[in-house]
Amino acid sequence: MGNITLNQITKKFGEVEVIPPLDLQINDGEFVVFVGPSGCGKSTLMRLIAGLEDVTSGNIQIDGRDATETPPAKRGLAMVFQSYALYPHMSVRKNIAFPLRMAGMSKEEQDAKVEAAASVLNLSAYLDRRPGQLSGGQRQRVAIGRAIVREPAAFLFDEPLSNLDAALRVGMRMEISELHKKLATTMIYVTHDQVEAMTMADKIVVLQAGVIEQVGGPLELYHRPRNTFVAGFIGSPKMNLIEGPEAAQHNATTIGIRPEHIGVSTESGTWKGRVGVSEHLGSDTFLHIHDTGLCDLMTVRVSGEMNVHHGDTIYMTPEADKLHRFGPDGLRLD
Amino acid sequence: MSTQHSRTAARFMIAPATVLLLGWMLIPLCMTLYYSFRRYRLLTPDRTGWVGFRNYENFLTNPAFMDALVNTLVLVLGVLIITVVLGVLLAVLLDQPMFGQGIVRILVIAPFFVMPTVSALVWKNMFMNPVNGLFAYAAKAVGLQPYDFLSQAPLASIIGIVSWQWLPFATLILLTAIQSLDSEQMEAAEMDGASPLSRFWFITLPHLSRAITVVILIQTIFLLSIFAEILVTTNGGPGTASTNLTYLVYAESLLNYDVGEGSAGGVVAIILANIVAIFLMRMIGKNLDA
Repeated sequence: MGNITLNQITKKFGEVEVIPPLDLQINDGEFVVFVGPSGCGKSTLMRLIAGLEDVTSGNIQIDGRDATETPPAKRGLAMVFQSYALYPHMSVRKNIAFPLRMAGMSKEEQDAKVEAAASVLNLSAYLDRRPGQLSGGQRQRVAIGRAIVREPAAFLFDEPLSNLDAALRVGMRMEISELHKKLATTMIYVTHDQVEAMTMADKIVVLQAGVIEQVGGPLELYHRPRNTFVAGFIGSPKMNLIEGPEAAQHNATTIGIRPEHIGVSTESGTWKGRVGVSEHLGSDTFLHIHDTGLCDLMTVRVSGEMNVHHGDTIYMTPEADKLHRFGPDGLRLD
Repeated sequence: MSTQHSRTAARFMIAPATVLLLGWMLIPLCMTLYYSFRRYRLLTPDRTGWVGFRNYENFLTNPAFMDALVNTLVLVLGVLIITVVLGVLLAVLLDQPMFGQGIVRILVIAPFFVMPTVSALVWKNMFMNPVNGLFAYAAKAVGLQPYDFLSQAPLASIIGIVSWQWLPFATLILLTAIQSLDSEQMEAAEMDGASPLSRFWFITLPHLSRAITVVILIQTIFLLSIFAEILVTTNGGPGTASTNLTYLVYAESLLNYDVGEGSAGGVVAIILANIVAIFLMRMIGKNLDA
């Protein structure tokens, strides 16, 4: 079981309020991703749940029991740290067995559980090595193994992939998702990378300055961002946000249109602009458009074959039904 | 630093320092070796000549030699144990965030800046003196007989004084080592259910093993040659109760006026120090490999 409920929790470091009163419900078996820019309080929020930081006020319930004052080890949660935090002087086997040893489990039970976890994570061949002799991805798996053996109510991942190279990151992303399907345990995952959030999450929590901007599934956030911040943060490349007379025409303060929802032509269209940098990805090309008179820089997606050059004039037409409208307070208008 | 020219220049510039260091070491060593095979008594300086291994025989059969050897080892071991154990505890304590951290750390390091002779005299006259010392005063205040540390327990007293001098060094090295401990490791251990004591035992201590090795090796080098503290407090006595090898060499050469036997003692001390060093490297040197 792994229901976690946060009731009106706040956190202050001295006089600085990092997290204003916040409510959040995490259901059993969910894969929840906290995402937001650096310094938005997402790691702090996770550390509050883990018990590594004390809440200033409010309470935390785990499986319906008040866990606000419970020490971290008693909360039944396991955490995977950004630096992996493996114990460098212990073999992989001892690293994974450490929580079991601390729980006073017998040697045979420890061995059985370590072997089981190692086979799930493809670590059986490395059990007698030290962390220093492993690659980044292997260390990552050891850290996950140390979390698995405790059979926790929920896993906490604190930016676990940020130290891996790009190719490995994609691989580990899939492995963690697979693991979630296999174990069906609640997982809470902190990242600043919205691609990780979109690809892995059942539920994304978008945070800014300690405030939850929106909670929802990946596609819900993509299709119906609740405000301009979420609109700009979710999706890659970023949504184009346009203010001024063009927005007023649509009875809004700000309108947003994603780069993939703009039709492009060299002859005619609603908006006109000059091509700047082209980012060729092969299948797609992202064009940076200047001098539109709408916003500083506009990004549009065109197919990889389109032949335009730096300085060319280009015409753009937004797909009307994909236009997002936001009011003066930044909130979505429907 | 890779062209032929720059390498030559580098050698040329290092040369004076190398020559100076070599001279500094080699000349006294050679002279000690030379005198250790010569008859050289300060009371009869005109009677000289080669005596073979006579000086070594005299030194090794000197009844004070075994005492001095044991005292040397006890002194080194005692100070090592006290400074390492207390040093680790102090380092853990000083690592905690507290008010006035910077000042407290400087105060802790202060004893290291006091000259050995001075600190030994301070301990002898202000603390351990059975009439005027603070310890005697404290004993009298609670109705106890003052204890004459330097005559009742001379070696233990010297171990205490030397430990007091070297504790700052150990603390400093261990404190910097503790500060390099990854805080996420501690948090991971906390989440894994390790109590503060097991966190210290399973995480902090293994992390400190290399620093502890460094402390032991460096301190051993200096502790084998403790001299000033003994000279100004007990003069090696009573009897030979607090005489170590260094002090015995001094006593033979300058109190018994036998430079030849003193030199032989010096050579013996060098050999013993090397034996200790080999043992140490065998036992704990592997900690220094990455």
